[in-house]
Amino acid sequence: MLPFDFDYYRPETLQEAVELYQKQAGQGKQVIFFSGGTELITLGRIDLAYVDAVIDIKGIAECKIIKSEGSQLLLGSALSLTQIEEANPFPLLTKVASEVADHTARGKITLGGNICAQIFYREAVLPFLLADSQLMIVGPEGIKTVQIHEIFQGQLQLKRGEMLVQTATDRRFIEAPFYAVKRRQQWDTGYPLITLAALKIGQEIRVAISGLCPFPFRSAELEAHLNRWGQAAESRIAGALSVLPKPILDDVEGSAEYRIFVLRNLLYDALSVLEGSRV
Amino acid sequence: MALQQITLHVNGEDHNLTVRSADTLLFVLREKLGLTGSKPGCLNGDCGACTVNVDGWPMKSCLMLAIEAVGKQVTTIEGLHNTPIQQAFVEEFAFQCGYCTPGFIMNCHSLIEQHPDADGQTIKEWLESNICRCTSYIEIEKAVKSVLRKD
Amino acid sequence: MEVIGKSVIRKEAWDKVSGRARYTNDFQSVGMLSAQMVISPYGHAKIAGIDTSKAWQVPGVRAILSGKRYPLTGEAIRDRPPIAVDKVRYHGEPVAVVVADTPSQAKTAADLINVKYELLPVVNSPTQAFQKGAPLVHEHLGEYKKEEDSLPVPGTNIATHIKIRKGDMEQGWAESETVVEASFSFAPSDHAAMETRCATAEIQPDGTIIIMTSSQAPFMVKRLLADYFDEDMGKIIVHTPLVGGAYGGKAAVQLEVLAYLASKELGGKPVKLFNTREEDILTSPCHIGLDATVKLGADRNGKIKAAEIRYLWDGGAYSDKAIDVTRSGTVDCTGPYNIANVWCDSYCMYTNHPYAAPFRGFSHSELSFAIERTMDLLAQKLNIDPLQLRYLNAIMPGDTTPTRVRLTKSNVGDLRKCIEKLRELIQWDEGPIKVINDRFIRVKGVSCSWKTSTIDPNAPSGAILTFNRDGSINLMSGVVEIGTGTKTILAQILAEKLKMDVDKVHVRMEVDTQTTPEHWKTVASRGTYMAGRAVLEAAEDVIRQLKEVAACVLRAPEEDLEVGGSRVFLRDDPVIGLHFKDICYGYKYPNGNTIGGQIIGRGNFVLRHLTGLDPETGEGKPGPEWTPAAYGVEIELDRRDYTYRLVKACTVLDIGRVMNQKAAEGQVMGAMSMGLAFAGRETFYFDDLGRVLNPQLRTYRPLRYGENPEYVVGFVETPQLDSPYGARGAGEHGLMGMPGALGNALSLAAGVQLNHLPLIPELIWRAKEAKHHASL
Repeated sequence: MLPFDFDYYRPETLQEAVELYQKQAGQGKQVIFFSGGTELITLGRIDLAYVDAVIDIKGIAECKIIKSEGSQLLLGSALSLTQIEEANPFPLLTKVASEVADHTARGKITLGGNICAQIFYREAVLPFLLADSQLMIVGPEGIKTVQIHEIFQGQLQLKRGEMLVQTATDRRFIEAPFYAVKRRQQWDTGYPLITLAALKIGQEIRVAISGLCPFPFRSAELEAHLNRWGQAAESRIAGALSVLPKPILDDVEGSAEYRIFVLRNLLYDALSVLEGSRV
Repeated sequence: MALQQITLHVNGEDHNLTVRSADTLLFVLREKLGLTGSKPGCLNGDCGACTVNVDGWPMKSCLMLAIEAVGKQVTTIEGLHNTPIQQAFVEEFAFQCGYCTPGFIMNCHSLIEQHPDADGQTIKEWLESNICRCTSYIEIEKAVKSVLRKD
Repeated sequence: MEVIGKSVIRKEAWDKVSGRARYTNDFQSVGMLSAQMVISPYGHAKIAGIDTSKAWQVPGVRAILSGKRYPLTGEAIRDRPPIAVDKVRYHGEPVAVVVADTPSQAKTAADLINVKYELLPVVNSPTQAFQKGAPLVHEHLGEYKKEEDSLPVPGTNIATHIKIRKGDMEQGWAESETVVEASFSFAPSDHAAMETRCATAEIQPDGTIIIMTSSQAPFMVKRLLADYFDEDMGKIIVHTPLVGGAYGGKAAVQLEVLAYLASKELGGKPVKLFNTREEDILTSPCHIGLDATVKLGADRNGKIKAAEIRYLWDGGAYSDKAIDVTRSGTVDCTGPYNIANVWCDSYCMYTNHPYAAPFRGFSHSELSFAIERTMDLLAQKLNIDPLQLRYLNAIMPGDTTPTRVRLTKSNVGDLRKCIEKLRELIQWDEGPIKVINDRFIRVKGVSCSWKTSTIDPNAPSGAILTFNRDGSINLMSGVVEIGTGTKTILAQILAEKLKMDVDKVHVRMEVDTQTTPEHWKTVASRGTYMAGRAVLEAAEDVIRQLKEVAACVLRAPEEDLEVGGSRVFLRDDPVIGLHFKDICYGYKYPNGNTIGGQIIGRGNFVLRHLTGLDPETGEGKPGPEWTPAAYGVEIELDRRDYTYRLVKACTVLDIGRVMNQKAAEGQVMGAMSMGLAFAGRETFYFDDLGRVLNPQLRTYRPLRYGENPEYVVGFVETPQLDSPYGARGAGEHGLMGMPGALGNALSLAAGVQLNHLPLIPELIWRAKEAKHHASL
């Protein structure tokens, strides 16, 4: 039950969407791009979100694309997580996405919506962080393509009026060996205590983490420790744990110390799986 | 624009309605169309009691705006008549209080439609979306498996 | 038996699978207004001011109720203002109610009400509440109106204190070679019925008050509204359609009062108040928490000689039903063991937590966790098999309960048989531990429980039977169909008694307090017993009337007549007889003369020989019978991560008689599921301000599909002689032993004592870490 009214628009082109945004915002209205809309509905009903106008991007072809183009996989931001799982063009993404919320909800939650979410887990971004993906952004200044690390720092640093259109991911990352796991407070449902995704590119192991801090991240420093080949796994992991970003979450899902305990074991598992006998 | 004239296609019939843009599909189904089989359990997408079927897929109708359903085929529990999954729920005692039942059945119905050969893992993945507080889920598992096998 | 014991399909089955089944919130009339509460964001705070001016400007707003002193409400003690004045005592307490034309208008306006709070020190646990000098939740405890057997202690946070003084403690300890003592605790949690609570109210011009409510106690709603507000009881009509899960949580009366006040404010206009999930968790009463200390002493053979127990129940901000829960937990305080010397102090404590309603098991799953964990500690110390220790001490006919009720072959089931059957079903003799590899270990834990139902000594149940002209029967009982299938069982009882086709029995699902005979409350696994007895009496009444007419028509003495197959016939020549349809509205002779007339059957039942408890010793007869049960839970623990999987859960209970096989299994398995969720995951997390941090189903998490273990249910059938076909209560028992059995399994598997709930991996990790550090 949303206690406020808003205008609803459903543009069919990116240009139309951007113009609508500017026009509405220009009138001093609170505007959002809306794809799955689950956060607006769930946070709006408890007064944690408010809008005057909604621009639904599900009718825009570019936002619904699943396509291989050259060596790249393009995924539209308005694809539902279920659509991505069913098509399965990016197995690591399928694995990570399939742990978000629940199956029915994932029929509504979209890729772009999860990456741009207020609720800070944003797990769907992890595979793209690992794969150095490119993001296509549209805004008042037109379309631009940006390397994910330039624009995602904990959250996507979009300017007013900009929106995520597509992700572009190089095939060699899609085909690389991976490991992903989501550990919860208890059993199989709930928010993550830690979600860890890892990718092996050549001899290098990459990891991205959600649930540890109030933002998902991939850290070069942490990976540098993990990739110190001469050392035993224990000391590589200890090194990685010594350079974690701050703050570490300490909430009803789990204490900070316990999260680190969980992370330690998950890192160990990631190394075991991806390095086989080397650990 | 806060109010919109829309046509919803529900259970095989078109309905012309005036809705708030902010109205959820669940609200409109219940309050405007009198289809109270879809239940509000959390209004937050957590419990699955309001699950309906939209274009063949399960949808938590509290997570969808009614205007988003324009142009789509919506099926609610009232649109199912004597289906094998309903029969199986009856025979297996797969409900007690019955409040979560329409949502569970609509999710099962969608699963049977999309993946008639679903394995245990797929069934779990789908049915995790709903909460049943009364039964042990064993009865629901039996019911859905009995129908999947028949297919 | 033709019908009893069979898996008769539930009468409302097709309504429930087709979406036609209607619950309170599914009834909406044109002109029905929507109410929205404003609730306290703090656990304990002074209300310094309420500004409603902005809210009044929202279109559609018809009334705002706030700041007014209404009569105090509450069942055991009248300690609760329906809408808070002066101060708020828990997070979620209603401070205002807005009524508007639509739900969204009401919500918009409610959000605009500005309440100024001044924070007060928070009582955040029953142990803290019990300490001298703790902040007081109720400053004027001595001034409240109360029930005679509520024993509050003014100047403290004690809402009631119930004592058991049985035997001679000195002697008990003297005979004990081995003594164990431990403390246990868990915070309040929630029922989380899928249907959130809902009530509507309307007052007609002639003063008739019509309530519809999602309740286990519509007759109590009628009584309390009359009582609280000095209304004419006969003018209150309470309707309860199907209820979407209750588990005790809908036995409390709360929203009905607010809906009534809102309607009254608006000259009687119909008003609906429907809880959001957050309100249902925060505002409406919850599942009680407990801090417990248990000390047990046993002789060298393992015979328990003494028990000293202290229970501090977390009744929350208002005592309401928590006092009854406290009493119930006291009368069965030892668990199902024969102990000659028992000393128990059971306190219902006020805290700044949401207040407690009954919860399936009514204090027994809670106390069982404390007792059954201590039993395992005792077994360990004695070096006795834990199941054997329970077998050895199992309470049996001839023994006395803590309140000194002498047990008989009828009023207690056979716990030893339950234990024996459990032993087989969980392959206990293979041993409790199976090491799978370096990391994984499978471990079984066991527990036992018992329960009587401590209900009002004069609690009634009634039944009315009417006929349709085709000879089929309508059955009216005040039992609410909350999901347990009791109304179908009642139909089975009637069909069995009349030896007729159960399909020819039509059950009225809805209850309305004007035309349905009263059933006290649909609680305490008492539906089958009490309403069943009433139905049997009504059936006798019908049989008598049918025979009376038939005897005349058939020109045969009544003693020669039998009833069966919807006919009355001659015992020695069944061909000679009459179908019900020919006599149930009188017998009409060919010339038009008619004898007899409409047959209406009536039956009633009231429990016998129940008493209150002696305030000094606890002596008294609190309930009619005890159903015992034995439980096993098997888990697989990852010894590196401390995560675990539920492998198998088993309950064996003495059900007296299985009335409907699948329904009974469903009740027991469903209860186990709820018990495992309570034990393994569900709890309220409070912050320092007494705020519940997880009031949504995405953060408060019942068990989901696939998280459940395999379930095994076993029944022992020792008939309760005064119950229909010998049946005992069974709706709650599957739950009661789960926390203890899970705690025992995990404690054994992890090699640490786990005495808190919920049993999440972090708790195990913490206990292991603490032990690790202690050993360094």
